[in-house]
Formats: sequence, structure tokens, C-alpha cells
Amino acid sequence: MFAYGFMRNAFLASTFIAITCGTVGVYVVARNFSFLAHTLSEIGFAGAAFAVWLGIGPLWGMLLFTLLGSIGVGELSLHSEQKESSISAISALFTGLGVLFLAISGANSNYATNILFGSIIGVDHQGVMQLVILSIIVLLLIFSIQRQLNFDSFDHIGALAHGVKTNFISVIFLIALAMSVSIGAQIVGSLLVFILLTLPPATANYLGKTIPAMIAWSVFFALIGVWLGLYLGYITNLPVTFFIAVFEVAVYLVTYFTHIIKHKL
Amino acid sequence: MSDVLEVINLTMRFDKYTVFKDLNFKLKKGSMTALLGPNGTGKTTLINILMNMLTPSAGTFKFADAVRLGYVPQFRNIDAEYPLSIEAFIGLNAPVIKNSATKQAIKKQLEETNLYQIRNTRMGEASGGQKQRAYLAQALLDNPNVIILDEATASLDPMAKDELMKLIKHLNGKHKITVLFVTHDVSLARKYMQNYLYLNHGQIEQGEMSQFKEAYE
Repeated sequence: MFAYGFMRNAFLASTFIAITCGTVGVYVVARNFSFLAHTLSEIGFAGAAFAVWLGIGPLWGMLLFTLLGSIGVGELSLHSEQKESSISAISALFTGLGVLFLAISGANSNYATNILFGSIIGVDHQGVMQLVILSIIVLLLIFSIQRQLNFDSFDHIGALAHGVKTNFISVIFLIALAMSVSIGAQIVGSLLVFILLTLPPATANYLGKTIPAMIAWSVFFALIGVWLGLYLGYITNLPVTFFIAVFEVAVYLVTYFTHIIKHKL
Repeated sequence: MSDVLEVINLTMRFDKYTVFKDLNFKLKKGSMTALLGPNGTGKTTLINILMNMLTPSAGTFKFADAVRLGYVPQFRNIDAEYPLSIEAFIGLNAPVIKNSATKQAIKKQLEETNLYQIRNTRMGEASGGQKQRAYLAQALLDNPNVIILDEATASLDPMAKDELMKLIKHLNGKHKITVLFVTHDVSLARKYMQNYLYLNHGQIEQGEMSQFKEAYE
């Protein structure tokens, strides 16, 4: 399998993406941002379609839209009374825009499928390098604010009481989240990127009792998921995203029911 | 004895509604003061001003230079599924990479608040009293010499209340921490506090707890 350059590229890219999404995801779950992550992936879809229309790489369109979107949506979810409805409205608007850009760009349906469901097997060496660099930037962003981010994400009121600049932390985190959505979408697609951002960390919530332990578990399940997905995709020729989704859901459900059984008995 | 806090003509208005007007009081070093008053009289608003989380409409306040302030807020978002252990929760108020001095400081506060044995219990699974002691331990990590607790006993059963109050009394007695304890529970304040501040109808009264008149009990 590793004899093929495209498989080596796919493994390298997905390894970095899994580490990034696994790490960022712990904070997505702690901050109750799962819905926001999902909306950002739809905004990312519109961005990718916009890029196709312009004739540039989808990743850049995605980055542009998610970065702008994360600030806008983040503001809304922080300050709006109608948080869920307003996010739904934005999500609807951008999904519509995505369809429009694809239609007017005259791209064939393969493009749409790739954007929505991922196309890691097709990523070239230059693409891998972009993803690796972006992943490292996201991780550096997270680590540079980690103490305040930990405090704010896991004890918002306590963080406020200790003078943590929670709004600033929130903005930095939204930027990191937008970038994670953009790069995660390259492998599982924008429709399913929230799998990597929410399911491994949700599983980790039941297994770890400290933030480093939760990040370790989350990254572990994200990595196993993408590696297994790539391997099974390679031998069966079925979509990688399918295997990743099934694996992450299965692990989550097993952990969840184990937790329920343990606590009921 | 010197004062740790002086409040001068403090006034707070929201639009046209005046929460309180021209409050004047001082807190003595090493004192244990209950901030009393019915629900909705602005106790938490006053605390938020003292914590610099709200700007007063008028007036000033000043903590003494040597004051290191600790604060335990009224509400926390800790549900039954909250994953972090008690120790990890307290450690949120410490650097991510914990050197031996930090670990030692966390251990000391765990022991002080009688949580060391259950330090690996998840916060979500801890009892109300254990959670409240963990909030206190987290604030104590700053090594404060003045601590403000906002309705710390509000949701606790009588035994947990007594345990927390004994702990607070111990902190005051042994470590000379000045305590400002916000509550609407007058009988509890009577049992454990020396002084009171009574906030009602926008005015504040100050005195010794034993002299407190049962205005609204």
C-alpha cells in the first residue's frame, strides 16, 4: 500500500489532520461548539465552491469563508438570544450559496462530491505540505493560549472571575476552529468534518479526567479512524469517509453505553 | 487593625433603575463579614463591581496594596457529565505544564479543603459540598489574603453547609484570610460570621453579627 506515492501522501496528510482535529475537538465539545463546527463546515462548502468558480484551490476558498464565518457566527452565538435559529439561517444561506457557485462555475458533479465527502486519495505532495503547515499553525495557536483556553473552555465563570480575557481567547479559538474545519474537510469532506471535530473528543470525555488525557484519547481515536479508513478504503475501493464515520460512531456508542452501564449498576 | 477595603459613595444604576446609592463601608483585615440582604438587592452586583467585572455608575472603592484577592462566584457550569477530575479542575487555575512547586501547591489546597482522598473523582460526579470546596480550592491556589464567596452554601444540605463554613472559619483563623461571605441565610451567618453588611433598598448597614436585627428573616 505504501508503495504508492498517493497513499503515502494521504497517510501523512490525514495523520496531521487527525492530530489537529482531535486536539481542537476537545475544546469544541467543552465549549458546546458542535453545532457551530457543523455550520462552519457548511460555510466551508460554500467557500470551496466559490474557489472552484474563481478557479483557485478549494482549500483557500474554504479558509477564507470559514475564517470570516467563524468570527460572524461566533459573535452571533456569543451575543444573540436566538443563537440556534440565527446559526441555522446562516447555515442555510451558505449551503445555498455553495450550490449556486458550483452551478455557475459549470464544474461537474465530481467536484461537489469531492468537496462534500472528501478526496484525500487525490491529494498531491504540494497539497500535503499545505495541510501539514496549516495543521502546525493551528496547533501552535492552541498551545500559545492553552492555559487561558483550558480555563475558559472548562470553567468559563471561573476564568472570568480570574480575569481571563475570555473574548480574546474565544476569537483566537474560532480562528483555529475555522482552519481545522478547512483542513479536516480535505479528508472527510465538509459534510462530515464535524465527525473528526466532535466524535473522538466526545468519546474522550468519558475516558479522560484531565485535559492532556482527553486530548490524547481524542487524537488516538481520530488517528485510528483515519488510518483504518484509508486502509479499508484502499483494499475495498469504497469511500474512506464511510469507514471513518462508522468507526468513530461505533467507538463513541461503545464508550457511551459502557459509561451508562457502569453508572447504572 | 487596618482596613483591607474601603468603599466610598458607591452607586450603581441600570438605565433609570438604581440598584444602590452612596454605599460606604470598610472591611477590617482578618475579619469575617457576612454580606446579607434579600434576593435581588444587588449583592452580586456589588461583588461584581469589587471584582472589576462591572463599572460602577459613581463612587470608588480601594483595596489595600497588600491585598491578594480570591473570589468564588455564585454559579458554575458543571453538569453531571463534566469530565475533569477535582484535581484537574482546581489545576485550571495554574500553568498547563505543572512543575513540582505547582503540584505541591495543588496538593496543599486539596488537603486543606479535605478533597485529597477524592481528587480523582470527576467534578460531575462530586456532591454539591465537594464541588463547592473545589471552587474554593481553585481560588485558594492564588494564595489570597482576602476571599469573597458568593452564595457558596445556597444549594447545599445542612451538613455540607456546616463543613464548608468550618473550613472557611479555619482559613480565617489559621491563615488570617479576610472573608466576605455573601448569603441570604441569616442563621448561618449568625453561627459563623463576626460582622455583617446588610444591603436592602439601595442602602447598606454595617455592624456586629450578634447585634443584627431580624429585619427580614
